[in-house]
Formats: sequence, C-alpha cells, structure tokens
Amino acid sequence: MYDYTDFDAAFVAERNRQFRAQVERRLAGALTEDEFKPLRLMNGLYLQLHAYMLRVAIPYGTLNSRQMRQLAYLAERWDKGYGHFTTRQNIQYNWPKLRDVPDMLDALAEVNMHAIQTSGNTIRNVTADHFAGAAADELADPRPVAELIRQWSTDHPEFQFLPRKFKIAVTGSPNDRAVTRAHDIGLQITEQNGELGYRVIVGGGLGRTPMIGKVLNDFVTQEDLLPYLEAVVSVWNLLGRRDNKYKSRIKITVHEHGIDDIRARVDERFAVIRPTFTGVDTQLFKEIKAAFAAPAFKTAPTALHDTTYQTDPIYRAWCDTNLATHRAPGYAIVQISLKAHGATPGDATAEQMRVMADLAEFYGHDELRISHEQNVILPHVHKSDLPAIHGILKRHGLATANIGLVSDIIACPGMDYCALATARSIPIAQQIATRFDELKLEHEIGDLKIKISGCINACGHHHVGHIGILGLDRAGVENYQITLGGDHTETAEVGQRTGPGFSADDIIPAIERLVQAYLTHRDGSQETFLQTYRRLGMAPFKAALYDEAQAYAAE
Amino acid sequence: MPREFTPKVVTANALVEGDVVYLTENDEWTRHLSEAEVITDEAHAQLRQLQAETETETVVGVYLADVTPGATGPEPTHFREDFRRTGPSNYPHGKQAELTDV
Repeated sequence: MYDYTDFDAAFVAERNRQFRAQVERRLAGALTEDEFKPLRLMNGLYLQLHAYMLRVAIPYGTLNSRQMRQLAYLAERWDKGYGHFTTRQNIQYNWPKLRDVPDMLDALAEVNMHAIQTSGNTIRNVTADHFAGAAADELADPRPVAELIRQWSTDHPEFQFLPRKFKIAVTGSPNDRAVTRAHDIGLQITEQNGELGYRVIVGGGLGRTPMIGKVLNDFVTQEDLLPYLEAVVSVWNLLGRRDNKYKSRIKITVHEHGIDDIRARVDERFAVIRPTFTGVDTQLFKEIKAAFAAPAFKTAPTALHDTTYQTDPIYRAWCDTNLATHRAPGYAIVQISLKAHGATPGDATAEQMRVMADLAEFYGHDELRISHEQNVILPHVHKSDLPAIHGILKRHGLATANIGLVSDIIACPGMDYCALATARSIPIAQQIATRFDELKLEHEIGDLKIKISGCINACGHHHVGHIGILGLDRAGVENYQITLGGDHTETAEVGQRTGPGFSADDIIPAIERLVQAYLTHRDGSQETFLQTYRRLGMAPFKAALYDEAQAYAAE
Repeated sequence: MPREFTPKVVTANALVEGDVVYLTENDEWTRHLSEAEVITDEAHAQLRQLQAETETETVVGVYLADVTPGATGPEPTHFREDFRRTGPSNYPHGKQAELTDV
C-alpha cells in the first residue's frame, strides 16, 4: 500500500490546521455561512437533513487494518457508532458536530486519510476495481495509477473551480467492476504489442441525463497518461457549461460537441502541454507501483476448506455466493456483505469495522477494500483460513451469503439523511431484502442487481441496475419509478423506464411481480434476469407490473 | 381580501449541532415543532424569516415550511418536514431519540 511521504503528511496537516481555524472563525462570527460553505465542502463537510455529514475519502477503496480501526474510532468517538460506505468507495458519518470535525480530520490524518476533495467542483476521489491486485482476470493492478492520479489531481491549481464535479474510475480488468463507463473519465488498462497502456473513456455519467461513456482514445501510454488527462480536463474546463448546472458535466459537453470534436481539441491541447511533463510523473509512478507490490502468497494445503465445504451447507452457500476467483492458487477473494436482510445497505458498526480490520490483519495480508456496491472485501485470503473467517463473520452479523443477489442492493441515503433527496431509499431496500429472504428465493433467482436512488442525481446508480428504482416526490407523496435492463459493466447500458411509478406501499409487490415474471419466462436457471430481459424485451415485465396491478384494482 | 396563505413556521439547522430548529414567538430557537410560532400572515412570515436570517451565528439555511394546525401544535404538511421533525426511519436516531414529546 501507498504510505504518505513527509510531503503528503505535511500537506494534510496544513489543510487540517487551516480548516480548524476556519471553523473557529465561523463559530466566532468572523466568517458568514456563504464564506464558510465552500471551505467546508472542500473538506468534505456537508449539512444534511438532520445534521452535518462528513465524507471521508477512501482512495480507490483501499484500506489497511489500522485505517479501518480508526474509522471505527471516529464512529464511536464523534458519531453514533456506525459509518456508511458509499457507491464511490467513501465512508460517510451522518452525525458529527461542527466543533468536532477538526478533531475528526486530525484523527484521520494519523492514519494517512483525509476528506479533501470529497465534495465541490473538483476532481473527486479516484475509484477502482475493488478486486484490484487480486482478480484472476486482471492485466495490472489499477491502484498505482489511481494513486498517481490522486496526487496529480489533489489541489491541482487549474482544477479547483471546475464547471462541476469530476469523477474518475480505473479498472485493470476487461470485466468492468468499477463502472468506468458511467464516470466522467473511465480508464481501462489494456495491452498493445506487449506494452500496457490505457483506454480512455469519457462522458459517462448517471444523474438527470444518464450517458454511457465513449472511447476517446483506445491506447494512451503510461508516459502520456497524465498530460492526456490534463488535456481532457482542461478542454472541458473551458468548454463546460458554467451557465447551467444541469448541463455542466463533461457528458453534456461531449454530447453537445461530439466525441470527434472533443478528441481534436484534446489532441491540440495535449500537444501544447505534453512537453511540460518532464518525466517526473513516470519516475513517481515507478515508485508508487513498488509500494503496491503483491504480498508474498503462501503455498499451503486447502484441505480444511475442502472438507468444511463438503460438510457444512451454510459455509458452502457462503463460499458459492461470496467468494471470487483469486489470481494466486489456493487463495480466494472474500466479499463481506454489508447487506444483512433488513439492515441499511452499506452501514457497518464500529464493532463490525474492528472485526473486519482484525480479519484483514490476521488472515488477509492487512488489506481491505470497499466496493462501489457498498460491501467490504478481503482481497487476499488463503482458502485454509476461510472456515475460521466465516465463523467469526457469522458471530458479528457479517456472514450474509447474498453477494450479487436480489438483496445485495445499492441504496443511497435518500430522504432519511440527504437534503437533496425527493424520497426515501433505505426502507425500500430493507423491505425488498426482507421480503425475498422470507420467500427463500434469492439463490434460485441468482444474479440480479437492484439499485435504488432517492432522487434524480442517481447516487444509488439506479440507471445501471438490472432493476433500477428511482424515488420521486409526486405531489407531496413518495413515488417510485422502475427502470429495467441497466448494466454497469463493460457492456454498460442505461435502463429503460417501465411506465408510471408506484407508491411506497406498492413498490415491493411490484418488484416481486417483476421477479416472478423473470422466473416464469427465463430459459432455464442459467439464464440471468438481464439475459432474459435482453432476449424478451420489456413486454412480459410490463405486463407483470401493470396488467396484474389493474386486475387487482378491479377486484 | 388577502389571498389565501398556508400557515408557516420558520425553520433552519443549528450552526454547531446541525440539527433542525424552529423559531418561537419569543425569538428563541426550539428543537420542537410543537413550540414553533405558527405564522398565518404572509407579510409577517417574510418579516420573521428576514429576522431569523440575521442570526448567522446560531442557524444555517433559514426557510419557511408549511404546517397545518394539529392537536398538539403545528404539524408538517409534507413528508420531508415530517422526517426533519422526527429523524431517519432506519434507526431511532435524531429527534425521535432525543426528544420525548414528538
């Protein structure tokens, strides 16, 4: 993992000192809210519905055990004993007091963490594949380049007042688990003639106007990457619509100008700035890469796992659902579900955070990842340790075997916390998960991603859910629209609206009817929900949603 | 005749705690919606909002919220204001835990 240099530590300490003084001046009345708001946002501090909210960056979703323990400490010391992991691999605290936030930031700095650029019109936390460094299908670990981009983009003088926020995601695998096509820039590590480089995708995004990103350049070399990214952002910085915040994201710029026009402008800008990059970045990249060297994987028998797998059906179900293929023989990637049926998606208590930190330290080469799907990953676990890990997870409510299933729902905080929300998300997720747990159907249903947003800004990624749910305010009543066929992977697609929305009471039965329609129409149990939808289209699902609803209404 | 005006309360978030507060008739901020001043006149509402907005060292984000008279004082007309009055629905946190009379 990357450790802060003296420069990094001094930079964060200075920012924290500044923010402490800014808070003091605000409390003393020397700064107005209008003056203070942009300063607090630059440091990740929002004012939400019931309280302040501090969003802490977890760069490319990577943590060590010490950092996870410190996140637990913050939750207990200054919040209500829990934290909320988000779709951008960050953690949010929902209840800090303004006076305490400088102390929270100092506590984070002790473990090389901060909340800088987790808000505001800047380049936000760079996200990455949560299987980074462990995935069997990976060409290269995406974290070194994510760290390079983080260093380049943090406090970048040209990019502190962009037209709008700007989000970058990186994957090192052809199987896209990082939603790169729904980011302002998505990077995919690729290979050409034996050399690794980057496919640069721009103009993806969700929100009010969902767009799938377009390939701007099929192959950018390592040496050219930072100047190329700088060219992209600076072209948008000039062209981006500052007159209208609904049209300010790069997806609209690309849409309005066309990808070829943007490419020509980027090439022109790149030619100007390329010579100013003297190779320091490439040297730095080599050093960063060394910091992310893979741990020394052991060779050991897996007999304990094999036997337990044969004899313990609960363990077997957990293995079948929550493990992913590791690149090293004898190893597995463990996905810890933060989606216990009926719980708030993405929330972990301080105790659970400490348990996960302990597991990472004792069994997992001291590494943890946060996924955009709001779960926690132990990326490097030897299979002989899996039975012990499963036993400990079970005791702490962390062994739910539902990764990728109907109850593994992404949900934004919604109107339970968020000042922008138009409806609640969390109770809908809780009720869907509880309902399908009662039906004992979710393993039968298989791969099905439900994603819920409580407003059009789409933090819950509803556009790319196989089933997407969007909560709206219709004449003072919560109303939920459904989209179908969304896909967040390398075959990304924006889901299509089914028709009129449903009330909070009607949305759970509606989802159940959709799933029943899938079970009725699928071509065998191997065909996933998304495949059935792609084969049959909207019609059978629409019929299940609306015809039956009308039939019930007529009774 | 003045046009019909939905009764309002002045509400905001407290600067230090960040929680929801309401303005009382005595120019104090309360955590209880039931204690808020119910304003039935539009001009008076604007005046009260302007007065509240000068208290920048106490509150943030002052606005007027619709209410309707209830048995124990004003009640929210919109579900958003209902959540602000009580707290989130996934945990017993916020006002529902801290106050006993909501």
